[in-house]
Amino acid sequence: MNFNFKHEWIETNIGLMSVLTMLAISVGGLVEIAPLFLIDETIEKVEGVRPYTPLEQRGRDIYIREGCYTCHSQMIRPFRDEKLRYGHYSLAAESQYDHPFQWGSKRTGPDLARVGGKYSNEWHVQHMVAPRSMVPESVMPNYPWLLSTPLDISDVAGRMKALRKVGVPYSLSQAEYDANVTKFGETVAKQLHIPDAQKNLVEQANFGNYDGDRSGISEMDALVAYLQVLGTMVDFSKYADDAFVGDR
Amino acid sequence: MAVTTYSGAEQYNFDIVKKFSVMSLVWAVVGMFVGVYIASELAWPFLNFDSPYFSFGRFRPVHTSAVIFGFGGSALFATSYYVVQRTCQTRLISDGMASFTFWGWQTVIVLAALSYVMGYSQGREYAEMEWPIDLLILVVWVTYLILFVGTIMRRKQPHIYVANWFYLAFILATALLHTFNNLAMPVDLFSMKSYSLFAGTQDAMTQWWYGHNAVGFFLTAAFLGMMYYFVPKQAGRPIYSYRLSIVHFWALSFMYMWVGAHHLHWTALPDWTSSLAAAFSILLLMPSWGGMINGIMTLSGAWDKLRTDPVMRFMIVALSFYGMSTFEGPMMSLKEVNALSHYTDWTVGHVHSGALGWVAMISFGSLYHMMPKLWDTKIYSAKLIEWHFWLATIGIVLYIVAMWISGITQGLMWRAFDEFGNLQYSFAESVAAMMPFYAMRAIGGMFFLTGTVLMTYNMFMTIRQGKRESAALEAKLAAKMAHA
Repeated sequence: MNFNFKHEWIETNIGLMSVLTMLAISVGGLVEIAPLFLIDETIEKVEGVRPYTPLEQRGRDIYIREGCYTCHSQMIRPFRDEKLRYGHYSLAAESQYDHPFQWGSKRTGPDLARVGGKYSNEWHVQHMVAPRSMVPESVMPNYPWLLSTPLDISDVAGRMKALRKVGVPYSLSQAEYDANVTKFGETVAKQLHIPDAQKNLVEQANFGNYDGDRSGISEMDALVAYLQVLGTMVDFSKYADDAFVGDR
Repeated sequence: MAVTTYSGAEQYNFDIVKKFSVMSLVWAVVGMFVGVYIASELAWPFLNFDSPYFSFGRFRPVHTSAVIFGFGGSALFATSYYVVQRTCQTRLISDGMASFTFWGWQTVIVLAALSYVMGYSQGREYAEMEWPIDLLILVVWVTYLILFVGTIMRRKQPHIYVANWFYLAFILATALLHTFNNLAMPVDLFSMKSYSLFAGTQDAMTQWWYGHNAVGFFLTAAFLGMMYYFVPKQAGRPIYSYRLSIVHFWALSFMYMWVGAHHLHWTALPDWTSSLAAAFSILLLMPSWGGMINGIMTLSGAWDKLRTDPVMRFMIVALSFYGMSTFEGPMMSLKEVNALSHYTDWTVGHVHSGALGWVAMISFGSLYHMMPKLWDTKIYSAKLIEWHFWLATIGIVLYIVAMWISGITQGLMWRAFDEFGNLQYSFAESVAAMMPFYAMRAIGGMFFLTGTVLMTYNMFMTIRQGKRESAALEAKLAAKMAHA
């Protein structure tokens, strides 16, 4: 009876009901999300992880545009079969510059967290244009337009500036550049310098020649450059087998 | 009769309910058609036609947005406006605001679908809309909140009926989730491209906090609101337990927000977070079943209706699927089960047993109840409802069974070792093994879609009939007046 009486109070007062509902639905998120920003161990301390180069970042944009995450994960779990199939399980540190994360939720195709360096550029290009010519069982769509569409590089600096605003250490000033030299070394720091974004992109695309066609820079160049760097930043041979066990 | 209809139209804004009901059916047909299409792409990849605009990756969010926000969202707008007016015995506080939510929401769905096909996506599941669309959603949603709460404030009864609690929780939670999950930095004011504020682990946690509560509040709490009005109405009996509805409302609202991280078991998310989420997922079984029991038991003493009333059958089957998928969910949130089920089609099957079995079936039942009332007529064809019911039910069963088999097969093939300790199957072999089940799933979807098309035709004819009847009635009345 007492219980009924109290609740009657809530259900005859829309203001009170709204406030209490808001309280009830706010707790879970606060308790589970806020600490992830505050607890240091959430992201492992590991060497080698760096922001993407301008070309790789443009490749990542295309990966998101085409909805690759609807069929491919980028998150290897700490199981024996996944280690054999894909490699070392993914670290939180490895996606610390990923805005947004692309861990995925479905493997209609295989995980791509460590696909970098597993296949040649030529394989990727052929596989993207006609997947079933390389893997007969595949159900992946053909992506021929990536090879024929020139990469839009006009706003690459703008994109990096937006990423810088959300916390990726791309540099605008000399001081930021110097800080990057200390943190990532000179070669990487040069790639992260926004004023040189277009120049760096063109150089990497011409040097890497990812799509096998030197006549111009295609969207394929960018996408393959991105795929080839996935999972390659951390050199796991430098760490003991159980180096990251405590983090899980 | 004519007199009561006339005063009814004055008393309530049913025009907005009618509009949303019709669009709900339109989006159901569109969204489910795209669903069948992308399911077919997985079975027969040539259907991608080498075109960026039809490729699976861009088309899949068109399907999810059209069914969740187009069909589900419009059904929720329609029923919530209907229920809040009927239970508060008052008109919506503003016709202009109501109309704005209608046109705003339809614009959101159309823009979202077009933008995905053109390649604009945030790359976040169920939140793919880019920032300008997100802002429009926010404006529409705040208007919705003001309209809904404002109407409740003008109620003629001291008590707020339980269905409205659930609608309220849904509106508040969706506002909260939408806002925080879509925090992003646009490249510039004239660019559709943006980058999310958070990265990696924190971004993943935020996204699945959103993702699972889109299920929890958009696809569950709100549809429970629908259930709490339309099941007792259709059964002609009061809700089974008032006390149970109080307990399960607060428990559900509190607990759902904790469970999102079970989508991130065994990932780089810290263990404490996903374990906590798993614990709450198990607890959530109780409030979920509280709702199911309250709905099903409302029919106690009137079970014979299941034999005679096809609309009631939609509602009871919906509650049964709700019970089943809210049992399956906690089970899949156990780490051991999740290790097998995650990344496989089992998840897809689970989602659809909730989305088709619960969300769509309870919406169909409610619309069958509500739409003839709105146009003041009888349903055009009861026979077609029977057909719809069986096509939908068979479709769901085909779909879920196909996904259970393919999901468990995938999970087992990926982790199989040969006698030397090497992986027994290549990934490609597991893909090849899926082919018959992908075809079966597409066929199940076709059954379900066919049922929806029948319903749309049935409702179209019902509306025509209603309009003809009221025109005839008015003509008669006019003739009488002329003679008098």
